[in-house]
Amino acid sequence: MIAGRFLLAVSLAAAAAGCATAESEPRDPWEGMNRRIYRFNDSFDDWIARPVATKYRDLLHGEIRGRVRNFFSNLADPFIGVNNMLQGKLEDGLTDWVRFVFNTTFGLLGIHDVASDMGLEKHNEDFGQTFGRWGAGPGPYLVLPLLGPSSVRDGMGTAVDMVADPVGLFEPNAARNSAIVLRATQVRADLLDASRLLGEAALDRYVFLRDAYFQRRRSLIYDGRPPREEVNDTPEPAVK
Amino acid sequence: MTMRKLLCILAASFLVLPVPALAQTATPPDVLVKNVTLEVIDLIAKDKEIKAGGRAKLIQVIEAKVLPHFNFASMTALAMGQGWNRATPEQKRRLIEEFKTLLVRTYASALSTYSEQKFDFRPLRAKPTDTDVTVQVRVLQPGMQPVPIDYSMEKTAANWKVYDVMVGGVSLVVNYRTEFNNAVRNSGIEGLIKELHAKNQSLEAAAGKK
Repeated sequence: MIAGRFLLAVSLAAAAAGCATAESEPRDPWEGMNRRIYRFNDSFDDWIARPVATKYRDLLHGEIRGRVRNFFSNLADPFIGVNNMLQGKLEDGLTDWVRFVFNTTFGLLGIHDVASDMGLEKHNEDFGQTFGRWGAGPGPYLVLPLLGPSSVRDGMGTAVDMVADPVGLFEPNAARNSAIVLRATQVRADLLDASRLLGEAALDRYVFLRDAYFQRRRSLIYDGRPPREEVNDTPEPAVK
Repeated sequence: MTMRKLLCILAASFLVLPVPALAQTATPPDVLVKNVTLEVIDLIAKDKEIKAGGRAKLIQVIEAKVLPHFNFASMTALAMGQGWNRATPEQKRRLIEEFKTLLVRTYASALSTYSEQKFDFRPLRAKPTDTDVTVQVRVLQPGMQPVPIDYSMEKTAANWKVYDVMVGGVSLVVNYRTEFNNAVRNSGIEGLIKELHAKNQSLEAAAGKK
């Protein structure tokens, strides 16, 4: 898919541009470039993505938005299963495929998540996590245009995710593009509260988001049970 | 797509919180988390003023029901990292105060987005002699992967207290460390206190406008 190649190109260009200032944060050697892309994403969000998502949320009933969310979530399950298999988690992978079969049939093309009601839990996997599971470190932090926080490893993963994305098979192109826009709108609408919260909680949103990204991905790669990290700069527990 | 998950989780993290102490005997940490969570959720579901967006009332509820179960001194020390040891007692006091205010406001904001999510309180895996445990709760939402919320709790003289909250694997306290370190490096501990204070004031001003 074109978007996938584009992303790959971006990742490589970023890797080539590794000459930027290395400041305090060793995981973010390209901070200057990343911050510029971040600002661009922020403007895009201010002017287009957030207003559209807000309208979408205000106009459509929660029930309908839930169906849209389920539909796209179901389309993602087969490759979530593939990733689980590639990581050696056969049982989880099979669960994902059974979910897809039940939800596509009894769940009417996925708009009802009947599998979850049956106790088949939804998983969160992607190729970036699979690469991580295989031993690849995240590499430098990378902010992707429009997609936001990523890393060199996860950017590559995202490129593969895009190639594997079933929505890319939709015919004709108009249907495919509409589906991509609808999915993006749904995703952004789901994040409206969270992004407001981020703005309130963070002193520096760029830094807060970056650190949360690395923590989150590490947790995901280990399915929520990461080994304890050596923290050597923790001080004596506080005044009481 | 990772950012969406991340943010969902950050938001959801603030949903669950702890309860009022029946002081005398230390309530087991998992029971404490469950009781406080359910009590607070119940309170905000019933309170007309809070449902109508009454932020001041919501903060009152949090201060009365939730705050007693957090050890903000530990949280601030953890968030500061090395800088903590260089702060004077007076600076520590102000840092704790400002950080607490920021977290309470954020928490109130998160709680105000709560809608009918269900909680799955996981059984506690710890020995009776443990003094540092993790209490696990999962927030269940139809059609989405459950969001795990882990409360790191330590046993103090009186009771169990929360010293960190991890939402979807993201430690709220650790996540502030880089920001705090940057501020300290650029403008010292006084600079960080000023920055936190300014942040809290701008949030208060914004809340006042609503």
